[in-house]
Amino acid sequence: MSVLSTPAGIARAAVLDLSAPRARLRRERLFQAVLLGATLIALVVMLSLLFDVLGDGAGRIRTEFFTNYTSRRAEDTGIRTGLTGSLSLMVLVAGMTFPIGVGAGIYLEVFAPDNRFTRFMQVNIANLAGVPSVVYGLLAAAMFVYILNFGRTLISGALALTLLILPVIIVASREAIRAVPPSIFNGALALGATPWQATRKQVLPVAMPGVLTGTILALSRAVGETAPILVAGAVFSRRADNAPWDILEAFGALPVQVYDFIKRPQAEFQIEAAAAGIIVMLAVLLTMNSGAIILRNRYARKR
Amino acid sequence: MRSFTRRVAALSAAALLLAACGGEDETEDAAPAPAPAATEESSEEAAPEAAPLEGTIEIDGSSTVGPLTDAIAEEYAAVQPGVVVNLSISGSGGGFERFCGVGDTQFSNASRAIKDSEAELCASNGIEFTEIRVGTDALTMVTSPDTPESVACITTEELIRIFGPDGVDTWDQVNPAFPNAAIDIYAPGSDSGTYDFMVEDIMDVEGSRQDYNASEDDNIISQGVSGSVGSFGFFGFAYYINNTDAFRALEYDAGDGCVAPSVETAQDGSYQATRPLFVYVRNDALADPAVADFATFYLDTVNEVIGDVGYIQATDAELSAARAGVEAAIAAG
Repeated sequence: MSVLSTPAGIARAAVLDLSAPRARLRRERLFQAVLLGATLIALVVMLSLLFDVLGDGAGRIRTEFFTNYTSRRAEDTGIRTGLTGSLSLMVLVAGMTFPIGVGAGIYLEVFAPDNRFTRFMQVNIANLAGVPSVVYGLLAAAMFVYILNFGRTLISGALALTLLILPVIIVASREAIRAVPPSIFNGALALGATPWQATRKQVLPVAMPGVLTGTILALSRAVGETAPILVAGAVFSRRADNAPWDILEAFGALPVQVYDFIKRPQAEFQIEAAAAGIIVMLAVLLTMNSGAIILRNRYARKR
Repeated sequence: MRSFTRRVAALSAAALLLAACGGEDETEDAAPAPAPAATEESSEEAAPEAAPLEGTIEIDGSSTVGPLTDAIAEEYAAVQPGVVVNLSISGSGGGFERFCGVGDTQFSNASRAIKDSEAELCASNGIEFTEIRVGTDALTMVTSPDTPESVACITTEELIRIFGPDGVDTWDQVNPAFPNAAIDIYAPGSDSGTYDFMVEDIMDVEGSRQDYNASEDDNIISQGVSGSVGSFGFFGFAYYINNTDAFRALEYDAGDGCVAPSVETAQDGSYQATRPLFVYVRNDALADPAVADFATFYLDTVNEVIGDVGYIQATDAELSAARAGVEAAIAAG
C-alpha cells in the first residue's frame, strides 16, 4: 500500500504492470470476482429469507394482526402484546443506555486519567461487549427479579437489555468521540472554555452522528433478543398493553411472541402467524435503522 | 446555556410526572390501561349479570397445558376485561418451582401430577394447593407415511424393545412380522414431561435408550419422523391431529387389543396411553374473587375450547370432582 502512496511507487507499479500485464489482469479479475461472490452470498441468503418470510406472512399483515391479542384460532391471533411490550422496552432501554453509555464514553475518552484502573476498565468493557446474551439475562434475573425484588416486570426486562447493550454503546461512543480532531477540543480550550464546555459545545455535536448510529444499532440488536428477556420473565401471553411508564407490569415481547407461534402445533401458527410476526419485527428494526440514518444526516447537516 | 438548563428542567418535570403515574398504578394494584381497549368486545359478549372484577393472575408451567390455559384466558378477557392473565411457559417442573418455591404464581399448569418433592417444597413454604383436572392428552406414537403398512400396531413389550434401555436396531427385531428396516427414532429429550410419561407410565422401565435423536422441539421431531422411512416418534395428540398428513399414527396394544388414538378412544379409556392435564391453584389465592372466578370459569369453559387446542375432554365425573375440589377450597378459604 505504502508503495503506491508515493509518485515513484505508482510509476514502479505501472512498470511492473507492463512487464506482465495479462497475469496481473487475470489475478485482478479473479480477486474482484471473489469479492463480488462474498457480497452476493450475503445478499442472496438475506433476500431468499426475506422472500420466504414475506410469502408466508404478508397475507396476515392486516389491522387485526396489530390490534388483537393472541388467540387459539390462528386467523384471529395478533401480536399486540409483543408489539406494545417491545416498544415499551425500547423506550426504557434507550432512556437508560443513552445517557449512561455516552456519559461513560465521554469520561473514558476525555477526562479519565491514563492509569492502570482506567486501562483495566477499558479492557473489561471491550470484553463485556462479547458476553453471550443469556448470561446477562441470568444476571438480570438474579439481580433485578430476585435480589432487588422488582419481580418479572417490564423494568427487569429493560434493565437486562440495558446491561446487554451498554458496553456496545460505550465502545461506539468512544470511537465516535475519538474520531473528532483534537484540534477542535484544544481550540475551544485555548479560547477559555472549560473541558466540559469544550466537550459539550464542540466535541459532542461533531461526534453525535456516530454516537447515535452506534446507539440505535445496539438498540436494534436488543429488539431481537429473546434469551435475556425470557429469563427476566417475559410472558408468552397477556391481554393487556404495555406502556413505558407502567414499569412494574408483566410484559410481552415480539421475539417471545414469535417463539410462541412457532411452538404451536397448527401450521397456520407455525408458518403464517410466525412469518407475520417476523415481518413486524423486521419493520421495527428497519424503522429504527432508518431513524439512525435520518438523525445522522440531520446532525451532519447542522454541523 | 439557558436552553440547556431549560431542557434539563423540562426533562426532570417529565420524569416526576412519570414517577407520579407509576405510583398511582401501584397503589391501585390493578391495570387500568387495558380496560378501555377491551370494553368494545365485552359489550358484545359479556354476560350482563357478571360483576366487573379487577386484578392480575400469574400463571406458569407446562408447555402442553399452556395453550389450553391461554384459550381460557382469551374467553375470560371477553367476560372480565379488568382481569389480566399473565401466562408464562417454563415447563411443568419450572412452573412448580415458581408455584411452590418462589410463590409468585396463583396457578401452575402441569401435564403430570405434582411430584412428591415438589409437594414437599410447597408444604415447607406453607403453600396449600388444589389439583384441578382440566383435560386429557393422548400420547401419540407415529411413523412416516412411507413406512410399510405391516408396522401398524405396537404392544408395550414391542415398545420397550424400540425405545427401552436395550433398544434394538431394526423393525424385524421388534417383531418378525415387521420389515427388515432400520428404526430411526425422533423423540422428546429427558427434560420433557412427555418423555417422563413415556418412560415411567407407559413403558414402566428405568430410563430409555440413549442413541436416538432427542429434541424438545416438536417441530424437529415432526420433520424427522415424517421424512424418514422406518421412523418412530411420539408427542402429544394436538401435534398429531393438526398434522395428520405428515404422519401415520400407530395403534397401541396395552394388553386388550390394538386401539388407534382418537378423541373417542381416549375418552372412553380404550386407548391407554393417555395422560391427565392439570391446573394447580393456591388455596390462599382463591380468597381473591378474580382468582376464584377464573378457576370456576376454567372448569365451566374448558370443554368448549379444548377441541380447538387439540386435546381431549376429561370425563364428566373427573370434571365434577375437580369442580367440587375448587368449591371446597373456596369455601374453606
